[in-house]
Amino acid sequence: MKVKYFAWVRERVGLDEETIEPPAEVATVSDLISWLSARGEGYAFAFEKPGVIRTALDRTHVRPETPIAGAREVAFFPPMTGG
Amino acid sequence: MTVPVTIRIQDADFDIAAEIAAITAGRTDIGAVVSFSGICRGAEGDDAVAALTLEHYPGMAEDEIGRHAAEAVKRWPVTALTIVHRVGRMLPGDNIVLVLAASSHRQAAFAAAEFLMDYLKANAPFWKREERADGTRWVEAHDRDDAAAARWSKD
Repeated sequence: MKVKYFAWVRERVGLDEETIEPPAEVATVSDLISWLSARGEGYAFAFEKPGVIRTALDRTHVRPETPIAGAREVAFFPPMTGG
Repeated sequence: MTVPVTIRIQDADFDIAAEIAAITAGRTDIGAVVSFSGICRGAEGDDAVAALTLEHYPGMAEDEIGRHAAEAVKRWPVTALTIVHRVGRMLPGDNIVLVLAASSHRQAAFAAAEFLMDYLKANAPFWKREERADGTRWVEAHDRDDAAAARWSKD
């Protein structure tokens, strides 16, 4: 699946997007955040407060308990500040 | 009649008068146009802000605004909607966002414009970074923006 990062999540991870293949036991958004956090210092810093991070699956806002199976694109970002 | 909805995300500035003229041209059923424009402030409290840079999630930002525009069309008898959101670097005094809501009468236009702005601030994937004398920092979201959006919720 493709992963996109925005705003300070992007800066902390050090990437704007990448393609990942998480193992089968990574079932939910919350699992994915834990799995990504273990990939390196930048990821751990970006996801240090998972409760702050917002997630979109295929460009729709979702909650941490949402299953990721079948999603083509997941995006992580801070709370929105547009307008 | 299908309500014309225009949604644009762009680097370039916009002209409010031209946008209003574009939705009212050739129509005699529009009795009210409410416009909201968001403008870059030169200070946040006591701290001067030299510039703002806006980032967005291309595709999702348009989708989110489109979904809320469709909801506004369902909820109020609006006859045209325009939403323009700029991205990139803006200086104090520059335009950031424009919402236009047209209707036969003013109540629907006021309500739809306010609804759209509240939802846009809480849900549309845009992020602001401020440049100040001591460096740059991402603007933090306010709980009050979520509360403003929540008051339109019907459940």
